[in-house]
Amino acid sequence: MAAPQCHALVHRVLAECPVTKARACEFRLPHGPVKTPVFMPVGTQGTMKGVTADQLRNLGCEICLGNTYHLGMRPGPEIMKKAGGLHGFMNWGRNLLTDSGGFQMVSLVELSKVTEEGVQFRSPYDGKEILLTPEKSIEIQNALGSDIMMQLDDVVSSTITGPRVEEAMHRSIRWLDRCIAANSNPDRQNLFAIIQGGLDAELRRKCLQEMTKRDVPGFAIGGLSGGEEKDHFWRMVTLSTDHLPRDKPRYLMGVGYATDLVVCVALGCDMFDCVFPTRTARFGSALVPWGSLQLKNKQFAKDFQPIDKNCDCPTCQRYSRAYINALFKSDTAAMHHITIHNIAYQLNLMRSVRDSILQGRFPQFVQDFMRTMYSSRDKYPQWAVDALETVGITLQ
Amino acid sequence: MKLSISKVANGARLGVISNIGRNGDKTLEVPGCLLYTKTGSPPHLTHDTLQTIEGVPAVTHITLSTLAEHQEVLEEYKEGIGKFAGMPDAVLYCSTHDPVSPCPTGYNTNKAVSLWGAGGRIEMTAQKFISAQRVLRPDWFQCLSDGEVTPGGNSRKRVKKSVDRTLAFLDECLQLLSGHEDLKPCVLIGAVEGGDLLEERLRSARETAKRPVGGFLLDGFHGGSAEKELSLISAVTAALPEDKPRFIHGMGRPDEVLECVQRGVDLFDSCFPYRVTERGCALIFSHCYRPDPETAVLEKSETSGAERNGDVGAESEEPDADRAEMTSFEICLKEKRFREDFRPLLEGCSCYCCRNHSRAYVHHLLAAKELLAGILLMIHNFQHYFRFFGSIRAALRDGEINALAELIRKQSS
Repeated sequence: MAAPQCHALVHRVLAECPVTKARACEFRLPHGPVKTPVFMPVGTQGTMKGVTADQLRNLGCEICLGNTYHLGMRPGPEIMKKAGGLHGFMNWGRNLLTDSGGFQMVSLVELSKVTEEGVQFRSPYDGKEILLTPEKSIEIQNALGSDIMMQLDDVVSSTITGPRVEEAMHRSIRWLDRCIAANSNPDRQNLFAIIQGGLDAELRRKCLQEMTKRDVPGFAIGGLSGGEEKDHFWRMVTLSTDHLPRDKPRYLMGVGYATDLVVCVALGCDMFDCVFPTRTARFGSALVPWGSLQLKNKQFAKDFQPIDKNCDCPTCQRYSRAYINALFKSDTAAMHHITIHNIAYQLNLMRSVRDSILQGRFPQFVQDFMRTMYSSRDKYPQWAVDALETVGITLQ
Repeated sequence: MKLSISKVANGARLGVISNIGRNGDKTLEVPGCLLYTKTGSPPHLTHDTLQTIEGVPAVTHITLSTLAEHQEVLEEYKEGIGKFAGMPDAVLYCSTHDPVSPCPTGYNTNKAVSLWGAGGRIEMTAQKFISAQRVLRPDWFQCLSDGEVTPGGNSRKRVKKSVDRTLAFLDECLQLLSGHEDLKPCVLIGAVEGGDLLEERLRSARETAKRPVGGFLLDGFHGGSAEKELSLISAVTAALPEDKPRFIHGMGRPDEVLECVQRGVDLFDSCFPYRVTERGCALIFSHCYRPDPETAVLEKSETSGAERNGDVGAESEEPDADRAEMTSFEICLKEKRFREDFRPLLEGCSCYCCRNHSRAYVHHLLAAKELLAGILLMIHNFQHYFRFFGSIRAALRDGEINALAELIRKQSS
């Protein structure tokens, strides 16, 4: 197709695992470098759930998410423009990725109808009928000024099958072209395509074939992580990375459990996002290399250790499990302590993954990670064992 | 602990409390306030966010009512609430109740005082009280007192009883204290009761002053700047020895603080900025008693009645009970007029929120019910309040306390 244009994204593959499909890359965006594999915390409404921008920066976060649907509704694109985009509004000097808004509409709004024109829904704020077209989505994302924008895609539940899945896949390709054409700021804002096709390998392949013909700066693997069988999930992931170009970032949407991250890095993905680590924190659950701790439980009332004695986050340096347990009843700061720890956990995990790839010892890292997480071989999830087997790691 | 008063002007005392903390190397300037906490944590804040605040008081205020239910945990921990709450170096003052959550009356007896925590009512006998202080290990603590008498609300008999009980608790606590070597370094703050009866207030003050206490808490005052309360405060401080600090709770509005300071009160809590934060408001009053002409104009337009009152109730997203509590020293960021206001909460403020964020952003966070709203407002309101106390001391030093009082009075309509 068209000659490669100059994107606002410079991508370099620094190291590739000699065994698996894992890779360590670095890309430059308008608001600084991003080292991958990377986990991107989700700041839905222009704030990272009880964490200040300074704290997030100090945790080493290079890129986080904002949600187009929420921010487009409130405060709206007009105020965003006046505030200097989402970066200015939330005063975040590093990179931002925004979604298209389509996913929230389908998942949050009951009255949504998808036509060739776009997604039609009733605003939960004022009840007005709104039509979100690919052009409208890009217009809002241009106002938000995110470093990476996502195309509007036709999202169908990953558990349904049949002609609707095929229709959605084809429509997503057509919408991609409309999004590319609508981007008024390609020099500063990168538009990623989203591979659809449900759990049907043939449809996925077709979608990959079509979308990779377009000169977009990066690709996302979409339509997964929506409650489908894990066995179907990983097969679609690995099929997608097999057909994606080596020189562009690959973003697996909505994935954030530690095991999923490690396995999908092995399958060749670079970028991940998920609300899980921050949401679970607000319910009192702290992530640790051997699973999680429900700190509201009575068993931690007299447990004077930090959440994880090997963690160097501000929470673990100062507060004990027992104190967070006591504080949970009276103040929001208890949630903040766990949120900070969980973000640190996710970022540290990806940093360790990356270091092991750079040092050529990723397969060993995976072995150690699995042993720590599940303590014994018979507790390993079968899908992870199978998936890793296909990329040359036989778990011991 | 040693209080040195360097200057007295119009009844207001300027000074410094020295030799405080475990190593006796910390100081606290008066008039001053304490850092308010809940369960040992400044509301909404982590250590990092607290560190961004300038002028944080040298003494942290913990409340027995939010901590009593964790006694068993702290007994096992053995190293005190300061270290448990992640502030091992803090100097701690423990009050019996949380001034923010008033407790139901009618539960105190000759034997015990009732505290109200998250888990309900806890009965504190002198014995239990002292064992709680042994596990908390504060530097100063308010003695157990029967303080539920509020001005205007009780019979003479009940008021008299509260004074008697409080003195009895004090004697019992003093006796128990002498048996515990580990509590020797603790400073006991005696509570002055007496409701709205002058003679009972004076009896309570004089009797308490006869005992070996390190300071006094003027208990049972509830603010509103009623003349009667203020004249009682004057009478009580006049009856107290001059070489010991006087604490008060529940008097936190800037105008009330100045009224109390000019009646010889030294130390306040910082519940007021917390309450302001909880109703989605930001303190914007001026305490710059020698303002330069330019900022003076700006401040004036901000707090002018027309803009403040107008029909903001109608445009507010939540015309709720918060509005009734609002004072003239603050603006409510929930109001729609801040939607596109990209100025800081307060022009010229150096707090983390004002350096980094706009009113529009805070408005958005409140509208979206995001947790960061409480953090940013708490940072701003604490810092502004702490600075206000800095201004009070500076004004006393400069002989300008009347100018500051006048400036505050003008804004208190």
